[in-house]
Amino acid sequence: MAAVLVTMILALGRAVLGPTTYDRILGVNMAGTKTVLLIAVLGFLTGRPEFLDLALIYVFLNFIGTMAVLKFVEHGDLAHSAEGND
Amino acid sequence: MYDMSIVDVASWVVLMLGALFCIIGGIGLYRLPDFFSRLHGAGITDTLGAGLILFGLMLQAGWTLITVKLLFILAILWLTSPTSTHAIAKAARMSGQEPLVDKGADSAQGGA
Repeated sequence: MAAVLVTMILALGRAVLGPTTYDRILGVNMAGTKTVLLIAVLGFLTGRPEFLDLALIYVFLNFIGTMAVLKFVEHGDLAHSAEGND
Repeated sequence: MYDMSIVDVASWVVLMLGALFCIIGGIGLYRLPDFFSRLHGAGITDTLGAGLILFGLMLQAGWTLITVKLLFILAILWLTSPTSTHAIAKAARMSGQEPLVDKGADSAQGGA
C-alpha cells in the first residue's frame, strides 16, 4: 500500500510539473489507476471487501474522464463529431 | 493448514512484485526525458503492476464473489487503460510532438 501511495505521489508530481498538457493528462490517468488499486488494497486491509464496488466504478470514471478531457483539449468542445468540419 | 500458508506466501510474493512494478513505473514516469518514453513507464504500472496486485488479492480472497469482482476490475482495467494510453499518444502525435530518440541515436552511433 505504501508502494501504491509512493507511485501516486510520483504520478501527481509529473502531473503538476509536466511540460506539456499530455504529460499532465497521463499523470492524472495513472494516479486514477493507482487510486483503484489503493481502494482495493485498503478494503482488504480493513477487512471490508465491499470497497471493490467503489473500485469498479472508479475504473469507469477514470476512463471516461480521461477520454473527455482528451477530447476537450484536442477539439475545444465536447460535442465535436468526427465527420464535422475539421 | 500447510496448504493455506503456501497460498498466503504466494499471495504476498505476487503482491510485493506488483508493488515493485508500480514503483518502477512511477519512477519511470517521473524521471524519463521524453513524453513517449513516459508513456512506457505508465504502461508498466497499468498492466503488470495492477495485474499482479489484483492477482495477489485474488489469492487472498479464495473462491468467493470477491474474486469475481476482482476479475471484473482486472478485465476492465486491461481493456480501458491501453485504450486511454493509445488515445493520449495519438493525440500528442497529432498535435506535433516528435519522439526524440531517433535523431540522437543516429548521430551518436552512425545510424545503427
